[in-house]
Amino acid sequence: MTDILRPDLAIIAANIRAHARVLDVGCGDGALMSALRAEHQVDARGLELDAGNVASAVARGLSVVQGDADTDLVYYPDNSFDYAILSQTLQTTRRPDHVVDHLLRIAAQAFVSFPNFAHWRGRMSLLFGGRMPVTRLLPDHWYDTANIHHLTIDDFRALVKERGWTIDGQWFLKGDRRTGDANANLFAEHAVFLLRK
Amino acid sequence: MDLPSSSPDARFGLDRKASLKARLALDGGGALSQVDIAYETYGTLNADGSNAILICHALTGDQYVASTHPVTGKPGWWSRMVGTDKPIDPARHFIVCANVLGSCMGSSGPASVDPATGSKWGMRFPVITIADMVRAQAMLLDHLGIGTLQAVIGGSMGGMQALTWPTIFPERVRSAIVIASTARHSAQNIAFHEVGRQAIMADPRWRGGDYYQDNDAPTAGLAVARMAAHITYLSEAGLTEKFGRRLQGRDAKTFGFDADFQIESYLRHQGISFVERFDANSYLYITRAMDYFDIAEDHGGSLARAFERTKARFCLVSFDTDWLYPTAESRIIVHALNAAGAQASFVELSSPFGHDAFLLDVPELNRVVDGFLKAGAE
Repeated sequence: MTDILRPDLAIIAANIRAHARVLDVGCGDGALMSALRAEHQVDARGLELDAGNVASAVARGLSVVQGDADTDLVYYPDNSFDYAILSQTLQTTRRPDHVVDHLLRIAAQAFVSFPNFAHWRGRMSLLFGGRMPVTRLLPDHWYDTANIHHLTIDDFRALVKERGWTIDGQWFLKGDRRTGDANANLFAEHAVFLLRK
Repeated sequence: MDLPSSSPDARFGLDRKASLKARLALDGGGALSQVDIAYETYGTLNADGSNAILICHALTGDQYVASTHPVTGKPGWWSRMVGTDKPIDPARHFIVCANVLGSCMGSSGPASVDPATGSKWGMRFPVITIADMVRAQAMLLDHLGIGTLQAVIGGSMGGMQALTWPTIFPERVRSAIVIASTARHSAQNIAFHEVGRQAIMADPRWRGGDYYQDNDAPTAGLAVARMAAHITYLSEAGLTEKFGRRLQGRDAKTFGFDADFQIESYLRHQGISFVERFDANSYLYITRAMDYFDIAEDHGGSLARAFERTKARFCLVSFDTDWLYPTAESRIIVHALNAAGAQASFVELSSPFGHDAFLLDVPELNRVVDGFLKAGAE
């Protein structure tokens, strides 16, 4: 594949076992699934809300179902995948906690990636501008953004602790580069977690 | 020395008919001692027999999927999907389309001759099911030397057959494309069909189905059945856009019962042209087969169980304005396929054309079918 993967997807792709069974929830046009199939020979399935994206994914030969993470995960049987992937989708779901519950029911492990709303640039914008941040990474306004559950890395860690999930891996990104765990909640723009129940 | 014959195999080509002498046991309990299937093939079966695609037609469709219809003179009913440089291409695929069992374009049905009596079956033809149609298609594939299908594809009732194929012959189907269809007929679906059947049977010329000898068919009843059904194939928005309340060839209402409105004139035309190419008894039998259709019922009430034995890939497509087989019906199938662990794709496409969209110009449908088929050919 010649597609260059988004950095969080590249991290996920680099940490998936070959030949694994993968469910990509919110798979977009299937860029990650395509790469995983080509490079790791995974058996990938996708779930995606947008019809145009689904058509593109199916047209590239992927098994993708049009559906909603909030309502359609219930139809997947327990333990039917090695990995579930939720990339940049958590903050758009109505009940992110229920969605992750389902991911960990359906798959042995789940990758969850999301933008960190506690990044210092956003904090500054809110602190000094008094307005909800509109940044390069979060370019939408409060009224037209698909992100309905803004969360921070520390918020997510708290949810993980509260639900008793286990973190098997965590990666943080600033722009396209990896950044350290220290003060990730302040300095990371994106986080990728690998969870299991 | 005789050279090998260069004459083409008579089994392949346009306007073919096979008289299959094998017994076909039917879901209703009876059996047919022989089955005629009228069909067409396009393209060439490759050496390893891996490029065969079976196209299943809808209720009033036929085998003329990509060739001129002998009665209407119109181009094949799916020329948008089947042909050179189309998603289903005779240059790459070996394409089979057969007139379904019970229909009237050459396959065994009420309008064909009962070999036991030498006269037309009429209503003595056994009631058949979608699964019976599929088994008859399998007999044809045996006759043609096709073991496994690269794909079976169909819209509407054709989708019912495509969905049924992997449940009956899981080892013979590598993929199924099910468009604007359902896994079972709903009460509303049955209701509309019953209106059509009653219209036919209320026509005094129907005479219990024995109208063939006098060449005096119940065309009025059949036309009404077609008119009622045709409404269900369109969308309210589509009708409004195409006809609105516009008057037909007049400036004012006549305060009579002529076809004042364009939509009336259009429906009457649909009814009248339909009776020239379709048999009223076939309409009864095929609508009955569709009403009996419920894959879950045949598998202990579980749709997922129907797909447990298949390794086929599935592609389902619905249309947002189709209220005959709405998206919810496709979702039921998708959920069952997910539960069965089957490889499934599904997309709801946007189109103003209602149920008929699968036959019309929807470029996104062609893109999806093309990609899905190419992925399966790898």
